[in-house]
Amino acid sequence: MSETKIAEPTTETTSKDFKGKVDPDWCPGCGDFSVLKSLQVVVSSLGLRPHEVVTISGIGCSSNLPGYFNAYGMHTLHGRSLAVATGVKMANHEMTVLVTGGDGDGYGIGGNHFTHISRRNVDLTYLVMNNQIYGLTTGQISPTSEIGMKTKSTPFGNVEKPLNPITQAIMNGATFVARGYSGDQKHLQMLMKEAIQHHGFSLIDIFSPCVTFNHDNDYAFFRPRVRKLEDEGHNPEDWKSACEKALMWGDEIYIGKFLHVQRPTLDDQEPVLEEGGPIAHRPVAITNEQSETIIKRMM
Amino acid sequence: MKDAEFDFALAIGGAAGQGVATPGNILARMFVRRGLHIHAYNAYQSIIRGGHILLTIRVADVELPCHGDKIDLLMCLNQDTLDRHLQILGPGGRAIYNSDKLEPSEPPEGVTLVPIPVGELTDNNPNKLMQNTAFIGVTTALMGIDFEVLAKAMTEVFKRKGQDVVDLNAGTAKAAFDYTHANFQIFPDPVPSGDEPLAVWSGNDALAMGGAAAGVKFYAAYPMSPATGVLHWMAKNARDLDIMVRQIEDEIGVANIVIGAAHAGARAMCATSGGGFALMTEAIGSAAMMEIPVVYINVMRAGPSTGVPTKTEQGDLWQMLGASQGDFQRFIVAPKNALDAFNTIPELFNLCDAAQCPGIVLSDLLISEGTFSVPAKEINMQPEINRGELITEPRLSNDNGLADPGTREGGGYKRYKDTENGVSPRAILGLEGYVHVVSTDEHDEDGVLISDEFTNPHKRQMMVEKRARKFEGIVDRIAPPELEGPADADVTLLGWGSTWGVIHEACEQLSNAGIIANHLPVKWIVPLHGDEIEEILGRSKRVIIVENNQSGQFARYLRSETGFKANGHIRKYDGEPFMPHHIVAGVQEQLANETEIYVPRHEIMV
Repeated sequence: MSETKIAEPTTETTSKDFKGKVDPDWCPGCGDFSVLKSLQVVVSSLGLRPHEVVTISGIGCSSNLPGYFNAYGMHTLHGRSLAVATGVKMANHEMTVLVTGGDGDGYGIGGNHFTHISRRNVDLTYLVMNNQIYGLTTGQISPTSEIGMKTKSTPFGNVEKPLNPITQAIMNGATFVARGYSGDQKHLQMLMKEAIQHHGFSLIDIFSPCVTFNHDNDYAFFRPRVRKLEDEGHNPEDWKSACEKALMWGDEIYIGKFLHVQRPTLDDQEPVLEEGGPIAHRPVAITNEQSETIIKRMM
Repeated sequence: MKDAEFDFALAIGGAAGQGVATPGNILARMFVRRGLHIHAYNAYQSIIRGGHILLTIRVADVELPCHGDKIDLLMCLNQDTLDRHLQILGPGGRAIYNSDKLEPSEPPEGVTLVPIPVGELTDNNPNKLMQNTAFIGVTTALMGIDFEVLAKAMTEVFKRKGQDVVDLNAGTAKAAFDYTHANFQIFPDPVPSGDEPLAVWSGNDALAMGGAAAGVKFYAAYPMSPATGVLHWMAKNARDLDIMVRQIEDEIGVANIVIGAAHAGARAMCATSGGGFALMTEAIGSAAMMEIPVVYINVMRAGPSTGVPTKTEQGDLWQMLGASQGDFQRFIVAPKNALDAFNTIPELFNLCDAAQCPGIVLSDLLISEGTFSVPAKEINMQPEINRGELITEPRLSNDNGLADPGTREGGGYKRYKDTENGVSPRAILGLEGYVHVVSTDEHDEDGVLISDEFTNPHKRQMMVEKRARKFEGIVDRIAPPELEGPADADVTLLGWGSTWGVIHEACEQLSNAGIIANHLPVKWIVPLHGDEIEEILGRSKRVIIVENNQSGQFARYLRSETGFKANGHIRKYDGEPFMPHHIVAGVQEQLANETEIYVPRHEIMV
């Protein structure tokens, strides 16, 4: 199976070309800055131009990213970015679709779509800035908050087990599953580049610390713990090993590429896309022949 | 509509799984092939096996507005059907049943029993469906149709099961046909022949076909009765029409995925029923905020909540009016029948494209799951398509044919430019020279958020007013409601959506009973032709609003929009649709000043 096609650049782009109209309003020190910067570097390094890319987000601090990124963008409803993005990709499969958001948006309110986009293997890249907290609502637990975490909604400590987006995505059928860390941009950029080039649904769950509301999982927490799968000789086609490593949480936490396999994407299998280009660009009116076929079936 | 010379209703009753549909299909096929019009209503329940189904097929030599009031011939596939419905047959009516197994009660006066020894006629074939085949033969004979017509229809229906099956069924039907002629009198008015053969569709087919004709290239759905038929039509015909059809995990996903496809540039549509629509509402507001045209269909069933999934109601009007938070522009339209639904979809898409906003179609089970004949020449699959101010070509920004990459690539394009009529030219995704961000947050002309850090009350006001201006005068682009029937009438019946047909027929019956009634059907809910409606109703002696719900949703809406208060109301909310005589009785009672709200009691227990 081929990699997702990315056209030869006609004009060199730099990361500055992907700088948006306004600057981010994230708190100083927020992990999301590194994610934005890395994405701008990677997208330009792939020779993509702004009009060939669409960033789609839901709602939350990290979901403001499309406004800071110069490309087509959609800032959709809370939790619905993956649904909207599926519609965009299926209607125009020539576009490079990047979905950006947070853990609450993607794993909480949008959890159903996360499940189903994985099994559908929609050819897009999903970047989740996972800070294990609800930031824009000023600090409540998220689906990835650790047990015992004290927040405004859990003043006596969280009792709910956090979900594991990596194993969940693998089990649901995602074909590229990775974990990044905004404190290691070089590594993150390597993952982003592969994820965007991957033909299929790619998830990168990115530890992107919230320095304002999550004092448990900050840079000081992650820095000594993160280990790179690339240094361990992990085989990204081995889903069992991927799950074992993804579940490790403690003194050692793995980042890197857990799974990378090939499977037909949704648009590969869509009969209407066999020829004729994106449906969004096709003539709207139906032909005489089509009209006759349909009416004949009613007789 | 001209008066019918032939007007006959056949009802087939049985349990789910007994094969009610097959005799219905064969008989309907025979009727439309000879150019007769049909209007069928299937009363059923949310069960795959068991329960009770009553399929009523009305057939006539003229177009039929509704399924009528009477049953001339009752085909009883089980004792339950005989027990439930024998007593509602009128003089001249007949009931077919298997005399080996079923025991009828004393029939009403003038009703003839048609006992059929099914075992004898089928050589005691253990296949229970052979009873149905025999009954089709009986019906064909009773209606005075030649056997060859039935043989042809049976061949078409059974040929894919093999010649043995065709022969077996034709043989059984012939035995029953001959037995009937030998033992019973046929109906006095044999079935005539009409003009050209007619096409057949359901309302859901019509909605789907309207989408196809409008150029829908993306259809998404989550199955929900009674809207699922739209999905089935789309899935079946998609490959021939270049339509992408996707079943999605829930209606929230559906409502959002169509927004994505529409923003990419495709015409996109989805259909659901009230519960699914409730899940869609947040997305509908987001389409309005991002100014993306999408068509959402709500096929109403009896609510609230899960309600009665297989029964009809007009109970979702206020859900439509209140769908999604905030103040925003959307169209709401309630077509009067299947053909109107078909024609409405392309018109609505053109309006939504023009105003860059969502549109809502209100159908209901009565329209959507009904089966109707339609002259093929009335189906225009190539209607006018107007996509409004849509930009579909890239814009190169310098002489050597290359756009400046980067921030300047947008070239000053403002997706939400503050224009005189509020409509900002809309670029589809992926075009060079038009890079922009759309947002569900409030935004500036260029798409930059003004909801968070850069909140600005003047800009907010400007954007609200820009969007509102798109609807100024929009009502003039839509045909206003017209009074049907005599201008000078004793009573004006006002209905909306699917009640058109039944009110139409009720007016004829009222006229025969010496009461002059006219009819004001309202189709466009938003925008509402408030002035025109007030003017028409202002000339009426007495206005009665007819609707298929308990609280008078349209009456309340009309009052809130115009201040108009009707003299009386006829309402029905038992899950079954109105029959013309219900409305006649309601009008008669109201004219006698006995009540302000008349609620008929449904006679057919299904």
